[in-house]
Amino acid sequence: MSDHEYTPSSKFGKWFNDRLPLLSLVNHLTDYPTPKNLNYWWTFGGILTFCLITQIVTGLVLAMHYIAHVDHAFSSVEHIMRDVNYGWLLRYVHANGASMFFLAVYIHIFRALFYGSYKAPREIIWIIGIIIYLLMMAAAFMGYVLPWGQMSFWGATVITNLFSAIPLVGESITTWLWGGYSVDNPTLTRFFTLHYLLPFLILGLVVLHIWALHVPGNNNPVGIDIKKPSKDTVPFHPYIVIKDAFALLMFLIIFAMFVFYSPNVLGHADNYIEANPLVTPAHIVPEWYLLPFYAILRSVPDKLMGVIAMLSAILILAALPWLDTSKIRSAVFRPLYKQFYWILVADVLILGYVGAMPAEGLYLLIARIGTIYYFAHFLIILPVLGLKEKTLPLPLSITEPVLGGSPNLAAARDKTEKIG
Amino acid sequence: MRNIIKFLIILFFLSVSKSFAAENTAKFLETDWTFKGLFGKFDRASLQRGYQVYTEVCASCHSMKYLSYRNLSEKGGPEFSEAEAKAIAASFEVTDGPDSTGEMFTRSAKLSDKFVMPYANDEEAKSANGGAYPPDMSVLVKARKGGADYVYSLLLGYEDPPSGIKLDDGVYYNKYMYGNKIKMPNPLSDDLVVYSDGTKATQEQMAKDVVNFLMWSAEPHLETRHKTGFRVISYLIILTILVYFSMKKIWSRVESKV
Repeated sequence: MSDHEYTPSSKFGKWFNDRLPLLSLVNHLTDYPTPKNLNYWWTFGGILTFCLITQIVTGLVLAMHYIAHVDHAFSSVEHIMRDVNYGWLLRYVHANGASMFFLAVYIHIFRALFYGSYKAPREIIWIIGIIIYLLMMAAAFMGYVLPWGQMSFWGATVITNLFSAIPLVGESITTWLWGGYSVDNPTLTRFFTLHYLLPFLILGLVVLHIWALHVPGNNNPVGIDIKKPSKDTVPFHPYIVIKDAFALLMFLIIFAMFVFYSPNVLGHADNYIEANPLVTPAHIVPEWYLLPFYAILRSVPDKLMGVIAMLSAILILAALPWLDTSKIRSAVFRPLYKQFYWILVADVLILGYVGAMPAEGLYLLIARIGTIYYFAHFLIILPVLGLKEKTLPLPLSITEPVLGGSPNLAAARDKTEKIG
Repeated sequence: MRNIIKFLIILFFLSVSKSFAAENTAKFLETDWTFKGLFGKFDRASLQRGYQVYTEVCASCHSMKYLSYRNLSEKGGPEFSEAEAKAIAASFEVTDGPDSTGEMFTRSAKLSDKFVMPYANDEEAKSANGGAYPPDMSVLVKARKGGADYVYSLLLGYEDPPSGIKLDDGVYYNKYMYGNKIKMPNPLSDDLVVYSDGTKATQEQMAKDVVNFLMWSAEPHLETRHKTGFRVISYLIILTILVYFSMKKIWSRVESKV
């Protein structure tokens, strides 16, 4: 990984480092050559790390006060809100933290889509990222069940029931997941256990994600390979650290506005009603960050096909490095791809919107068109586009048009800044 | 800067799509809640009056099981004096025990006791109210779309049903209720309670006071939250500015722009 040998200056440091190269690792991380043209969309990696740590820390303290039992879960959450010192703060940070985590991860994913960060040689980083995203969704879903409100219970019922669509063994699998014949105490306790476990799996995968990133190094807005270290790079510390810190603080201001001034706006009012298996809420909707997939699920008339469509919508992302046939990474130099990219963004937002609406009439029609377009983007548009698209000439380096280089560099720079 | 604007647009889109998802049958009535806004606080006198309305009107059917009598004297709430809260508690009887002989006994409530429930169990509550369970009021405001505005509107939203709508016995028409049909009869009427502070007990006044009280019971730490929030965000803004200039300084060594 590191291009130069690092020798600690102190004698003890050297002795320690020979046995466990921790200091070399720190040196690698601080010196890590990073493209100097990274824009603010690249700061979300750091923000996401912060989100994960926040969720783990607040979650640990909440778990000290929470009781995973159908008779006590709801009231233990109220106990946290009322009687635990700063319990309201812990819970609101944790609940809104999940939303902020997803907001950041969506920006992170769409940044990768725009700049082609998933392409060779970064496929493994990308696939690990998709696994992290899947685990995040599982963790968030199970976390939402824990307060044992009406949406917790009915959300859990709807989602676990999806498994019953599997032919032959579906019913048995659902019963096995529930630990009984409906969502009940055994379901709650196992969800709590898994909700506690998953963040640590995510943490492990994040380490792999960053490790895999440090092999080829960061992609950058121009999307070309750069020499490292060179005039095109800056050491991670202090340049990227301070920039990430600035972006994180901006993010925290928005985060704090939610936590302190509208802590329940992203949640659903029904979840303040204790779970009641005998009363079904008028509309069962998942949290906002799962809505696009919920829309895809409901747009397919057949239950099994709906589940397959929903899962494929996520898993198709793992195949993206091979579906996108273009050799050019950054959308800055792909005029057509750039347009399709923004259509995809709009498509996902529209799917999210109709996911919150009742699945009927016009909404259902929009959801169906949106779903078809979503798959068409990955399965038809991207493979064809890579072969047909006339891309703009690439600059030879970030800093300078080397040896009669690209005449288009100035334009490219302008564009980069516009996006950045 | 453009990034931030785009980011905010996305955020806005999300919140808009969320609020569109709400299905309002009628536009809620509005009143000047003191607890809204950056420095929102509860109106102490209104909370005390609201408690009076709750205990004299609502409490005969609606429980409030997550509140204790001690909460009534805690900071940020109605802030009754401890003596007053003790007197309030003492006016209720609770079952305690078993004592040393194994018998249950009744005693007057203490500050540490939870609010006494009107019914022994859900089934009793249902059978006494024509099959409809009067919901627990502890977090009621947060459990309804529209929150305080909704509950306030509901309390003032009783009217005669439009022609063509037939109501069963024990069902009432309310223009803010989901489906417009509600099993709770209009609970408030002018001068139903006598306020000790001389405030005229109009229907609007009582509705406002009791909703204030319900908002506090749902969010007992709202005042601390707003106060802490202001400090946290001020701190973050100052720190962000400082970090911004440090960043500019550090990046000035490189010809690239931040």
